[in-house]
Amino acid sequence: MLTRDEAREIDEERAHYPDDQAALIDALKVVQRHRGWVSDEGVRDIAEHFGMSPAAVDNVATFYNLIFRHEVGDHVILLCDSVSCWLTGYDEVHAKLEERLGVRLGETTEDGRFTFLPMCCLGACDHAPVLMVDEDLHRDVTPERVDEVLERYPAGTES
Amino acid sequence: MEKPLTKNIRPGEPPLDIAAYEKAGGYEAVRKAVRMDPQDVTQMVKDARLRGRGGAGFPTGMKWGFVPMGEDAPRPRYLAVNGDEMEPGTFKDRLLLEGDPHLMLEGVIVACWAIQAEVAYIFLRWAYHEAAAVLEQAIAEAHERGYLGKNILGSGLDLEVHIHASAGRYMAGEETGLLNALEGKRSTPRAKPPFPPVVGLWGKPTVVNNVETLASVPAIVTHGAQWYLDLSDSDDGGTKLYGASGKVKRPGLWELPLGTTLGEVLQEHAGGMRDGYAFKGCLPGGASTDFLTSEHMDVKLDFEEVQKVGSRMGTGTIIVLDDQACPVAMVRNLERFFAQESCGWCTPCREGLPWTANLLDAIERGEGEPGDLEKLDMHAELLGPGMTFCALAPGAMEPLQSALKYFRDDFQRHIDEGACPWRRT
Repeated sequence: MLTRDEAREIDEERAHYPDDQAALIDALKVVQRHRGWVSDEGVRDIAEHFGMSPAAVDNVATFYNLIFRHEVGDHVILLCDSVSCWLTGYDEVHAKLEERLGVRLGETTEDGRFTFLPMCCLGACDHAPVLMVDEDLHRDVTPERVDEVLERYPAGTES
Repeated sequence: MEKPLTKNIRPGEPPLDIAAYEKAGGYEAVRKAVRMDPQDVTQMVKDARLRGRGGAGFPTGMKWGFVPMGEDAPRPRYLAVNGDEMEPGTFKDRLLLEGDPHLMLEGVIVACWAIQAEVAYIFLRWAYHEAAAVLEQAIAEAHERGYLGKNILGSGLDLEVHIHASAGRYMAGEETGLLNALEGKRSTPRAKPPFPPVVGLWGKPTVVNNVETLASVPAIVTHGAQWYLDLSDSDDGGTKLYGASGKVKRPGLWELPLGTTLGEVLQEHAGGMRDGYAFKGCLPGGASTDFLTSEHMDVKLDFEEVQKVGSRMGTGTIIVLDDQACPVAMVRNLERFFAQESCGWCTPCREGLPWTANLLDAIERGEGEPGDLEKLDMHAELLGPGMTFCALAPGAMEPLQSALKYFRDDFQRHIDEGACPWRRT
């Protein structure tokens, strides 16, 4: 079941639309914010709240890449791999991150601290290469700056 | 020169609050518009020759004019703001949203008056957390001042503005994909016609406008269509936020007259290439535009002139390819992006884009075969305009077909030498 807070936050969004289903993506984001990701149970909870089938909810959930249907670490690193970052040093930053994290794109570190994901253009191309950790944008990233960025996100904390 | 889009933006400082924004002449356009007949507001935007800044360049006033008006017209009507900005290499709307949220909000209110819409949704890209925060604040302030809410400024129009933060996917920025995303569905495209101004959100008339387009509206209403036309070095009106990224000296954004030449943007504003790098080519307006090369430096970046040389102004944010990056690898990066972001709705795009990306990958690795370039040529045609449901795949073919035209020798060398010439250096 949705928690009271989850249900309240979802219903606040529902009030913005003439049709309930419009708030489905908001609902997935609310559940993800509270639980870190959207499990099968999360899908069922939302389906029940909206009076939809779990399959109909999952149909939408699996379309959007920022809805996590797998468990993720305490922090999610989104490394931009689009063209402007590729032109300005993506390969070097990518290699350094792989080395430091000990995982490849799409994987979570053994200690559960980081999930490392590829991401398309983050809209900060004048400061490429860029990456996001959780909701923070890091601009002009170099291999030398990777450690300093990672240090800001200790295990067991969520920003 | 006058800079209606960026006059209030001071880098590194928070945006103007509503009191400061009003003091700088803000919300004058709303006060003026609500005393005008809505159709006269639309006519003003037509006369100013404002064309959509999201990439397609559709005339904004004409789009507003498609909305059925009058007593018998369907209600409610909606405005959807396209703030998805997911075109790779594009970062202009972020500046406007974070730097001066009231400017775009003022444009939203004027547009809603013109089409008599009661609800506007600002569709924001998920990554724009700061933009969402300053917009929330701006919306709350506008409510307090009576620019939003019931019977705005005594005009008889009730207007609410809501923010919808996306959950990813490039397709959510496609006009009809955006409508599906707002309805809580997968952002696949819809069949056109009917077009959104007639049948849009929940079947009701809906205008979808880009952030920069709406931010351009207040100055037109405040100063008049002729003033706006005079800002431009083009047949169409206004200023444009141009940008540059890649290995230029000063990547960034500049508000310049519409029709500023490619050479001026790259040389005078972006400062030319970084030391040790030479210019090889560029995409003038995001990932889905055709390459231009050094022979095009005198081309005016506007809706007509760039088309005459086989490309499009697109979003006006230029991505520069330097001599030390492999053009095949750059195009592979672009096609990977498009293949990944294809929504899978129609077959040419779903199947053709991965084929294209894989073929480019093989060529870049030195495993290309004779005939591969002709296969790529064929894909550029089969995924081109008219062959697919929406503009994603045709857009994806623009950098490919032009790279095959301008950099064909570089492609051929990969195949002949069995290796990427750039990897060895």
